[in-house]
Amino acid sequence: MSEVIKIKKGLDIQLAGKAEKVFGQTDLPELFAIRPTDFHGVIPKMAIKVGDKVKAGTVLFFDKNRPEIKFVSPVSGELTAVNRGERRKILEVVVKSDGTDDKEQFGAANAADLSKEQIVEKLQAAGLWSFIRKRPYDIIANASETPKAFFISGFDSAPLAPDMDFILSGQEAALQAGIDVIKQLCDNVHVGVQNDAASKVFNNLKGVKLHSFAGSHPAGNVGVQIHHAMPINKGEVVWVAQPQEIVAIGKLFTEGVYDASRIVVLAGSEVEKRAYYRTKLGASISTLVADNVKKDDTLRYISGNVLSGTQIEEDGYIGAYHSQVTVIPEGDYYEFMGWALPGFGKFSVSRTFFSWMCKKKEYRLDANMHGGLRSFVVSGQYDKVLPMDILPEFLFKAILVEDIDKMEQLGIYELAEEDVALCEFVCTSKQPLQATLRKGIDLMIKELS
Amino acid sequence: MKALRNLLDNIKPHVQKGGKFEKFHSTFDAFETLLFVPNHTNKNGVHVRDSIDMKRTMALVVKSLIPALLFGIWNTGYQHFLAMGVDASFWAEVGHGALKVLPIVIVSYGVGLGVEFIFAQYRGHEVQEGFLVSGMLIPLVLPVDVPLWMVAVATVFAVVIGKEVFGGTGMNIWNPALIARAFLFFAYPSKMSGDKVWISGLTNGEGVVDGFSGATSLGEAASGAAPSHSILESFIGMIPGSIGETSTLAILIGAAILIYTGIGSWKIMVSVFAGGYVMGLIFNLWGANALMQVDAIHHICLGGFAFGAVFMATDPVSATRTERGKWIYGFLIGFLAIMVRVFNPAYPEGVMLAILLMNTFAPLIDHYVVQGNIKRRLKRANVAA
Repeated sequence: MSEVIKIKKGLDIQLAGKAEKVFGQTDLPELFAIRPTDFHGVIPKMAIKVGDKVKAGTVLFFDKNRPEIKFVSPVSGELTAVNRGERRKILEVVVKSDGTDDKEQFGAANAADLSKEQIVEKLQAAGLWSFIRKRPYDIIANASETPKAFFISGFDSAPLAPDMDFILSGQEAALQAGIDVIKQLCDNVHVGVQNDAASKVFNNLKGVKLHSFAGSHPAGNVGVQIHHAMPINKGEVVWVAQPQEIVAIGKLFTEGVYDASRIVVLAGSEVEKRAYYRTKLGASISTLVADNVKKDDTLRYISGNVLSGTQIEEDGYIGAYHSQVTVIPEGDYYEFMGWALPGFGKFSVSRTFFSWMCKKKEYRLDANMHGGLRSFVVSGQYDKVLPMDILPEFLFKAILVEDIDKMEQLGIYELAEEDVALCEFVCTSKQPLQATLRKGIDLMIKELS
Repeated sequence: MKALRNLLDNIKPHVQKGGKFEKFHSTFDAFETLLFVPNHTNKNGVHVRDSIDMKRTMALVVKSLIPALLFGIWNTGYQHFLAMGVDASFWAEVGHGALKVLPIVIVSYGVGLGVEFIFAQYRGHEVQEGFLVSGMLIPLVLPVDVPLWMVAVATVFAVVIGKEVFGGTGMNIWNPALIARAFLFFAYPSKMSGDKVWISGLTNGEGVVDGFSGATSLGEAASGAAPSHSILESFIGMIPGSIGETSTLAILIGAAILIYTGIGSWKIMVSVFAGGYVMGLIFNLWGANALMQVDAIHHICLGGFAFGAVFMATDPVSATRTERGKWIYGFLIGFLAIMVRVFNPAYPEGVMLAILLMNTFAPLIDHYVVQGNIKRRLKRANVAA
């Protein structure tokens, strides 16, 4: 066990609505969907038609530019709809489950016996390659590149995030199997664990280097962990994946099937029974939230956490990379003289509201913007919540003027949107920083490929 | 409140695109957001945001200026009656001061906001809140007898040339309030400097006590005499000077508010005071003339030094944006301010000029800090390669 890396900058938002570490009981929904928009840079091309029968693991669509990257159905049933948006962009590929758990057979295998190319092929065919992402750029990894390391964050520090140890207890064997597969792809596997948690699951893993982190969010972000353990320089690539995805990879090789099971936490101030639920990738949240949410205000349903999650409908679908569903009030109300009132209940990093006098243990935050979009005025805000040797404001300005050289020099390779989500949270000028960063990353991909 | 909201909702369609009064959209929006924090929810990014916004930030800076404003109002009256040799009650002093100071504040805000509204409407943007603070800063750095028409002209100059031509709030190079002050200083020097302008009524020569000079302590030192006011008097602020700058005590109360709420940069404030103190000490060691012999601590309480350090230098837009840069920026402001003040008594406003100069160099300081960050990253890449 290496020494503890203290993350000094950051912010833990005390959001109301933490889920207890219990499992809730609910039926699996009828509808499941994979959203191509969850995967940056992927232009989906359908492999089958509406009405075709599918098993768990059947290819639904693939990436037009890289046809070997396939996206598969999480359940068996029938492809019931392809929902499109503007300019016929595919938003959701919906599968109606038939209740049986018919799975495609990919064949169990021992990863140590296979070559690297064979492992890559197997993962791609089973639709699991899309869960291996690369840094820089935070897009699906490119199999032809050689990463300098494989990094897994063993804990999620975002507000109301699930406890990874709780989710993974009982799945240690599959996790180890997944790690063994990964090691065949890249020998240098690292795992970031939380210092104060008694992480039994990760401490017992074989073949990985552990890094211990202490501090507020975003200590759990894999990008932050990589920065402190082994920063990415120009030309280097690191592959990342989440623990539950590694478990699925393990199961592909030990059982030969695509197992889309995920444990998801339902949290948020507006949820009545907050708990962990056993479900599958892409499940509709309709069964989770039915009769389980407060109905007095308009609600915002989020797949993921409140900082970098995606807004979904009441019957929307859990995102491919998310293990959390958060429900908060929408907050579309006007507030009379809000900026001048003492604001005893308002949460702020600054002490401009009198909430510092009676600090609440947790806050019921809503999606109100609390102001309007302005130019960059206040300085030094972002630096306090980004624990990396990066000057965020200068990077954002370089992105806004599309200065590729400057963006590279200032460290855009090390960042993903989730890393700057806190900067966006504290921004007085209400700037859309995550969207700006994504624009910058897309520009880099376009210019440098 | 419900009635107010309904009224606004009724007017809204007329000022939005396609409505008859489309031209007044920015103005309507400015008043609407003044009364109600908008109901916009977060799209495309974080789902929750900090409760702070620009209005709150600016309103807080204005609140931190209130002690200096109130003391300035009282001091204006106090100095006036002192010069007249008349005994006056506390409220008479306040009354006199209010009558002199409040019209300047009203002109500053009225003219400034008017210009801002016109520009915002012309550009089709929302009115940004930058002038809420500048509008209060401008009166506080002017001598009390300044003619109101000069205040108006200077404010227009500050908003248009000092801010709007660069792109509005957040884009300006120099501190707009200091641009106004500098404009007046160079355009109408007789009204901005000398012995008579600092005390209300002196320029008109109304019934002044024999032998009374309205000179500030700096003016006295410039003519070779030691300052007649003690350090304590200068600290509390019962001395002649610009309306808001005299009371170091009131300014420090404002500083405490700014630092505690996290709005004002303590790094800049501390380094300005440090720079000024160091320069003062150097001059004390040199001691060639009366100005140099003024105690370093006394320098800090005289003139616009404390006011500039706390309220002007800390303007985030015109200061350096990097944390490391703020130390250098602040120190040089303090250092140069005292240097200008001592070497060139014709410019008692050394602070104003030092801040404007460092505003010009702030991007350069930031450039070198950014280069340092870039070089660290490159070195790491070369080591790894």
